[in-house]
Formats: sequence, C-alpha cells, structure tokens
Amino acid sequence: MGLLMIFLSGVLFALGLGISGMTQPEKIVSFLNVVGEWDPSLIFVMLGASMTYLTGYGFILKRSKPILAESFSLPTRRDIDPPLVFGSLLFGLGWGLVGFCPGPALVALVTGYDSVLIFVLAMGFGMYFFEGIDSRFQRGVDGGAA
Amino acid sequence: MEFTLIKPLFGGFLLGLAALSLLFFNGRVAGVSGILGGFLSFKKHDTLWRFAFLAGLVTGGVLLLGTFPETLNFTLKSSPPAVMLAGLLVGIGTRIGSGCTSGHGVCGIGRLSQRSMIAVVVFLSSGIAAAVSIDLIFGGEI
Repeated sequence: MGLLMIFLSGVLFALGLGISGMTQPEKIVSFLNVVGEWDPSLIFVMLGASMTYLTGYGFILKRSKPILAESFSLPTRRDIDPPLVFGSLLFGLGWGLVGFCPGPALVALVTGYDSVLIFVLAMGFGMYFFEGIDSRFQRGVDGGAA
Repeated sequence: MEFTLIKPLFGGFLLGLAALSLLFFNGRVAGVSGILGGFLSFKKHDTLWRFAFLAGLVTGGVLLLGTFPETLNFTLKSSPPAVMLAGLLVGIGTRIGSGCTSGHGVCGIGRLSQRSMIAVVVFLSSGIAAAVSIDLIFGGEI
C-alpha cells in the first residue's frame, strides 16, 4: 500500500509534466530563448505548482509524521554555499542546451527516441559520477531540495 | 508555438498535488534529481521508495502516450554529442546544486526556501544564457 501511493504520486507527477508542456523540450527552449519567439508557459507551470505546494505544505506539516514514515525528511540547510550556485549554473547550461530537466527526460523515455535515451544515460552517469566523488570528499549531501 | 494558459496552470497544479502527495505519505521532497541520484547510489533501505516513484514517472509517460500523445510529440534538433553533454551537465549540476526544477523550483519555492530561490534564479539565468547563445551563435541547432 505504501509503495503504491508513492508510485501513484510518480504517475500523477508525470501527468502534470505532460499536461503542462514540460515534456516537450522545444517549449522549454522557446521559454529560455528570450530573444526568439517567446513561450511564457513555464512561468505558469511553476506558479501553479509552487502555489499549490505552498497552500498544502503547512497543513501536511501540522501532522506529527507522514503516513508511511517515522518522520518528515526535509532539507534543513539554509546557507547559500558555492556548490549550490555552481551546480545550479551547470544544470541550467545543460537544461538550456536541449530543453530537458530530469523529470521530463525520464517521462519522455517512453517515446523510444535515441536522443532521450542518450540524455538519460549521460544524466545518470553524471549523477553516479558525482556520488562517487562526493563520498570521497565526504561533503555531505543536504538532500537540498532533494 | 501556440501558447495556452490553462494547460500550464492545470499541469502545474497536478505537479503540486503530486509533490504534496509524496510529502503526505512519505515525508519527502519531490525532487526528481535527488530521488534518481539517491537511487543510483544504491544505499540499503533507501532504494525501494525511490524506485516506486521513478517507476511511477515512467508509467505516467506510458499513460500520456496512450491518452495525450501530443504531449510527447517533439523532435530534438540537437546532435548526439550535444545531447550527451547536456545530460552530463544536468546530472552533475543537479547533484552539486542539490536540486533541479522540481526540488528547487516546485517544492523549494513552495517552501519559501532561500536556497531554492537562489538556485532557481541561477539555473534560469544560465539556461537563458545557453538557449540564447545557441540561437544567436549557432542558429538554433548545435
């Protein structure tokens, strides 16, 4: 039952990505390419999503614990450190290059396109590589928004 | 490209609901890069829920393909090396910066986290820089 609810959250998340247009990398690129034929969709996606989250977040945290876990596991760090800025900078460059971020790329795997597969494999490799060097330097991951 | 207001807002609403659902049931932030990165580090007792969420994402893709195939109708103009570079940058960058559009953008902004707001401003700026450069310097295809 627990895993099923988590699975269904993933399904709903994918439907949200698809309906909002985030699974079409061309739309993302036309949002980021502000000198081209600009598509403002992404602003409304982020508004709709973060406002919904903001509205429900407080109610959920009034509970002493989540339904299926012993406690809430939320990011606790508050400091703005160089990795946060440098990592986000790299992420944005890759995002603007083809228009994929992690969620939509995973959802778009079902298209069977070679390019999506290449993207996801490279992304997975990048993450795996990071886990390797990160544990070597023992710079703890804050789970930061993650 | 045509622009409609309802779909982005409604899709965003569903994204927010899905993220709230993960918080309600599992007490976690719905950050796809964090969930995938953690899954790929294969830590004991921390893999199954990640797998369930990721399997849900892929299953959602199958549903989209069956019900709204136009949402997955696109062509990537970028060359395979560019796609590979983009994937590497996204993979490494989201882990160093501890989050992506979902973790920082949806949940972080929704939690009014300053760290996430900074992250969003940075990745939007570098994303704009990349997309604009490719358009102006390479004519849109790289």
